[in-house]
Amino acid sequence: MSTELTAKDFTTSQEIRWCPGCGDYAILKTVTKALADAGAKRENTAFISGIGCSSRFPYYVDTYGFHTIHGRAPAVATGLKLVNPVLDVWVVTGDGDGLSIGGNHLLHTLRRNIGLKILLFNNEIYGLTKGQYSPTSRPGTRTPSSPRGSLDTQLSAGAFALGAGAHFFARAIDTDKKGLGSVLEAAQKHDGTSLVEIFQNCIVYNDNVFGAFTDKATAADAQLRLQHGEPMLFGADNEKGLSLNTKTLQLDVIDAKKHPENVMRHDAHNKILAQMLIELNLPVALGVIYENAAAPYEKTFYTEHSSHFTRTGKVADALRRTNTWTVT
Amino acid sequence: MRRRAPSEFMKKEHKRNSIVIRLAGDSGDGVQLMGSQFAASTALHGNDFSTFPDFPAEIRAPAGSTFGVSAYQMNLGGGPITTAGDAPQVLVAFNPAALKVSLPLLEPGGLILLNSDSFTTRNLVKAGYANDPRETGELDSYQLVATEISSLNLEAIKDFGLSKSDGGRCKNFWSLGLLLWMFDRDLQLIVDWIQRKFADQPVFRDANIAALHSGHAFGETAELSAAIPQFDIERTALAPGEYRGISGAEALSLGIAAAGELADRNILFCSYPITPASPLLHRLAQLGELGVGTFQAEDEIAAICAAIGASYGGMIGVTSSSGPGIALKTEAMGLAVNAELPLLIVNSQRGGPSTGLPTKTEQSDLYQAIYGRNGDTPVPVLAARSPGDCFYVAIEAVRIALRHMTPVILLTDGFLSNAAEPWLLPDMNTIEVIDSNPAPTVDTERESQALVFERNPETLGRPWVAPGMPGLMHRLGGLEKDIKSGHISYDAQNHQLMTNMRAAKVASVAKFIPPQSIELGETTGDLLVLGWGSTYGPIFQAVRRAQQEGLAVSFSHLRHLNPMPANLADLLQGFDRVLVPEMNMGQLSTLLRDKLGANPITYCKVSGQPLTINEVEQQIHMHVTSSTGGEA
Ligand code: SF4
Repeated sequence: MSTELTAKDFTTSQEIRWCPGCGDYAILKTVTKALADAGAKRENTAFISGIGCSSRFPYYVDTYGFHTIHGRAPAVATGLKLVNPVLDVWVVTGDGDGLSIGGNHLLHTLRRNIGLKILLFNNEIYGLTKGQYSPTSRPGTRTPSSPRGSLDTQLSAGAFALGAGAHFFARAIDTDKKGLGSVLEAAQKHDGTSLVEIFQNCIVYNDNVFGAFTDKATAADAQLRLQHGEPMLFGADNEKGLSLNTKTLQLDVIDAKKHPENVMRHDAHNKILAQMLIELNLPVALGVIYENAAAPYEKTFYTEHSSHFTRTGKVADALRRTNTWTVT
Repeated sequence: MRRRAPSEFMKKEHKRNSIVIRLAGDSGDGVQLMGSQFAASTALHGNDFSTFPDFPAEIRAPAGSTFGVSAYQMNLGGGPITTAGDAPQVLVAFNPAALKVSLPLLEPGGLILLNSDSFTTRNLVKAGYANDPRETGELDSYQLVATEISSLNLEAIKDFGLSKSDGGRCKNFWSLGLLLWMFDRDLQLIVDWIQRKFADQPVFRDANIAALHSGHAFGETAELSAAIPQFDIERTALAPGEYRGISGAEALSLGIAAAGELADRNILFCSYPITPASPLLHRLAQLGELGVGTFQAEDEIAAICAAIGASYGGMIGVTSSSGPGIALKTEAMGLAVNAELPLLIVNSQRGGPSTGLPTKTEQSDLYQAIYGRNGDTPVPVLAARSPGDCFYVAIEAVRIALRHMTPVILLTDGFLSNAAEPWLLPDMNTIEVIDSNPAPTVDTERESQALVFERNPETLGRPWVAPGMPGLMHRLGGLEKDIKSGHISYDAQNHQLMTNMRAAKVASVAKFIPPQSIELGETTGDLLVLGWGSTYGPIFQAVRRAQQEGLAVSFSHLRHLNPMPANLADLLQGFDRVLVPEMNMGQLSTLLRDKLGANPITYCKVSGQPLTINEVEQQIHMHVTSSTGGEA
């Protein structure tokens, strides 16, 4: 009997409620394909989400799914992963859910490095509540709640993650099947918390906000697709490269054909490099920006700390672990 | 080292049925340790007892200040002893501040044992004494024994080479030695304990033992001059069996572990530190071998959410906090209600509102427990009455959670967490196992989504299906779902049905709980005193006293606050008046009016202190008299 599942096997019969043209559709497709490709078991996979457009995701995947409350998905997922570490636990969140109301949970989840795969759909806006600015909105964003433009500084998911002590951070574009697919594969393989920031287009409230680097015409020059150990090249003909300027401690764009020896290779284990890549405006760094191995929380939880969740003792004995006396 | 004189030669000055002792000093004086060791000795001696530690709010308040006084009160005697007592008859005060704070509590004619070394001008000023109270006559109505505890202790341990400040720390053992002499106790139990506790600090171990013996020997010597009285306190006739001393936090932690054992499920306890709930986390962190895992979350919300995640994953999720933290958890409670997942939420109540009085006790979160959520979101609520009762209430709460697939709130309070009493050990084999709603058999003909929401008609609990189970994949969430298919539903009719279902589910708990019984007195009559939670002790004693005075008064105490026992309305109707004493502004009274249409008399006290026996007794007098006197 063949147990090979296809992307279709991971799709539910539920009517999808996202707006037509929303980037979420493309993400859903790539995620279900990635699950099938990875040979995931439906019963051992759980999608946990908070509140927001992205958080509808669990309803559309035929695995276990829990649509929780605003911002708290990482905390619910943490409890689930702790009690059953063999599960593949995915968290689906957005820029408002994950970085605003749930910022604290995301921070501590990353710090703990518990084995959750977190997909952060960043569309730089609140979709479900009808278009208010979010923590990742650029300053000056005009929305119903900021008619004269938003005032807050924009939060960088990557800088946040590295600051919180994340061990895996990657980026991808919603419609980029290949790029997103390979990032998902790497995220799933990482032992610990993986944070994947997906640039997701909200066609209704923030259309084309990522156009500067997602438009076909300019993509080649505006996207840096990272591969660990490979030279950091971009441009239609890989004619541009990144070089470390040791005087300014910055990454400079150089002519890669002329000075191939000066093009730096990507080292995903280098946190300083990861910080510089995250800060790049153009080109925008995509792929696995940072990855470092560390014992995931659930492993230490079972081996060193707390209980092994195996009942070796009896309550009757524990009750007597103190002075007792007998009245006759 | 001097040996204890054979007790038959001792002069028993004071025979008493019971006595209340209060130990008071600076946080650094080791009063709590001294108290808990005295309690252990009291238990073995065969007295019934009840203890209550009274901590200062500050971790390390300035030495000698009145707000830094740490106290330990204990009531011991022939049973039943159900409270730590109203007014102490014996006060041990380590410094002027301790005297100042405790004196107003002391019974007239009581015994005061002072450490006279600490009555320096500086300490007197810090305590706010303009003149030395030993000389002003204000202590004339008490028996005063002033002893140089500090110097006698240092003298006793001078051979151990400890610094003055390290050596000074032994003075609680010196004082304990004296106290043990006053109550004719065996030193060996404490010596054994010191040897275990200080096994890897041999110098402290030996110095503490020497101090203990020295204090005891001091008593013997003083006896010659009859300066220090001895007490012979009635022993109790407790039911036969094996006993231990237990605090509420200990009993609660063991009860939670026992619930896991009885349900054959492991426990994940998730919490965030808060006073006075943290002792539960500390205790449970030591019960790993009973299948208990503990997770200290980043905040209160994460704590309950992780507990919900645990329950979703098939373990028993438990979270705990105090009022302010419970407030933060309320949205997540609604999620657990909507997702129909079991969950135990423990609230160790403290003084409110806001940060309020973190170290003091109150029962003012009853409204919060019963009504405090958005939407029509009922949950069962239980309350523990005594330290040992916490064990049984924890088991009962988990039983309800698993039977009905619902979050359950368990109310305890700061007083119960820290108070201790002797406790008859339960026989685990006689406690009924806890059933949970089993997962359905996979049916490929039907949608698993619907199978997962096929509720037991009697309990309305749905099958407990966890990720990892093949063929039962389903989607769960905070959105309203169709009562049959379990899919999201915005249908008006369906929402009414689901709301009714949630209400009926909690109401159905009443079918499984025992009828409300009368603790003391007749089942009908003039006056019923009705209590809930930690006021059990003082109400019990007050009613007993009133009965001894010939008053017709009965007592009943609630464990189940939502739903209330089915017979409660009838029971209340059997009395002309119902008096409800509580440590809040009348929250149970409101509940009785709301749910049963009753019209109780409320006695409220919101001072951060437990009810006293006397004040409840006074209330009984007031209301019994007016009723028998025929006044309107
Ligand atoms: S509002 Fe925006 S993010 Fe939400 S579904 Fe519509 S397009 Fe997608």
